[in-house]
Amino acid sequence: MQRIAVIDYGMGNLRSVSKAIEHVAPDDEVVVTHDAATIESADRIVCPGQGAALDCMQALQASGMAEVVSRTVATRPFLGICMGFQVLLSRSDENGGVSCLDIISGRVVRFADPLHDTDGTRLKVPHMGWSEVTHSQPHPLWSGIDNGSRFYFAHSYYCVPDESQRVTGTCHYGHDIAVSVAHNNVFACQFHPEKSAADGLQLLKNFTQWNGES
Amino acid sequence: MGLAKRIIPCLDVDAGRVVKGVKFLEIRDAGDPVNVARGYNEAGADEITFLDITASSDNRDTILHVVEEVASQVFIPLTVGGGIREVADVRRLLNAGADKVGINTAAVKRPELVREATDKVGSQCIVVALDAKSVSGPDEPPRWEIFTHGGRQGTGIDAIEWAVKMAEYGAGELLLTSMDRDGTKIGFDLALTRAITDAVEIPVIASGGVGNLQHLSDGVLKGGADAVLAASIFHFGEYTIAEAKAHMASQSIEVRC
Repeated sequence: MQRIAVIDYGMGNLRSVSKAIEHVAPDDEVVVTHDAATIESADRIVCPGQGAALDCMQALQASGMAEVVSRTVATRPFLGICMGFQVLLSRSDENGGVSCLDIISGRVVRFADPLHDTDGTRLKVPHMGWSEVTHSQPHPLWSGIDNGSRFYFAHSYYCVPDESQRVTGTCHYGHDIAVSVAHNNVFACQFHPEKSAADGLQLLKNFTQWNGES
Repeated sequence: MGLAKRIIPCLDVDAGRVVKGVKFLEIRDAGDPVNVARGYNEAGADEITFLDITASSDNRDTILHVVEEVASQVFIPLTVGGGIREVADVRRLLNAGADKVGINTAAVKRPELVREATDKVGSQCIVVALDAKSVSGPDEPPRWEIFTHGGRQGTGIDAIEWAVKMAEYGAGELLLTSMDRDGTKIGFDLALTRAITDAVEIPVIASGGVGNLQHLSDGVLKGGADAVLAASIFHFGEYTIAEAKAHMASQSIEVRC
């Protein structure tokens, strides 16, 4: 049995994430926690998150979780989801500009307004719903998931990592955007695996079995 | 290969049970929200909406238990509407496991609630539900007004202006119901749907009036909707979600298989 810590910094719905992991790893212990010692003793760490970048960064800092994430992120399998992906980058344009954790070099930017697809059709923002995710490189977390499977998205800002070789998944929304990255033992995604039905559960299951290597 | 148009079954929940009966395959207890949600998930629904129609305030917290139960077993997006009065109500539902919360009457009473809620939890969690009714005469240009209290109470607010305002206030999505069509099975009010989808940048869910599969396609192709919501055609087993998707796909609408 291993322990999987879901970081609670007071933002958003953690229940969906923790319940989905419990569902795919019934023998593991899943703890939702803001206790640094518990996180540091966990075998795997999940950083979810919703809401606005400024609130999230402030909550991470106020709770001491920013430091804990920065310290633990390199030491064991780490999964960032949605805002938990965005905060790993250097900075976000949201809320007038927010410095983030700078674990993955890059920037979080807003979709253009108005946003148009390559054929000229207007696209809505937020990008809300199920989009096809293309595996831009193989990764253990894609195991058992068809290239091009749809995942659930709900976001107005997206990540632009500086190093394109880190990108593991893209989707097309007006243009190609990076929707997942891998960086050593970190895998982070813009979509919500916990809300993406069977393929999302498969990704979470893969995470619970991943040794942290690419 | 863009974004799939969503099909969303909508369920009325009263005192913790799904009401109006649901009759699709292999669901033994139609009143159990978890079973119903699980059935729709397996059938390929893209999202599920629960409307809490509980009248008594004693039973208000029941919906939280329903959401907790469903969210721990069904892993697709869940929207919950009904009875939201303040930001604390939104937070409670999200913490219980809802992904999005629908706000209707409370937004009409106090539009700032939408701004406060989106500031706290993000636009992607806030769906503003618009109940609109045609108020123009036969020879007048079409005009729709926002109604509250299940369509009984007029507000004098123009539906299109309201949609634009709610988007400006941060709503992440609009759930547009035609009160003229609701329950009629003669199809969406496509002129209304088109007027709203043209007016805002945020996604719009069309609702009210679906009686057959072509109505769903029309909502997307003619109304410009990003998602279509229906209740009775799915609950009573007239059509399956898969049939709805196959029909939409046959008209070149992108759907999630």
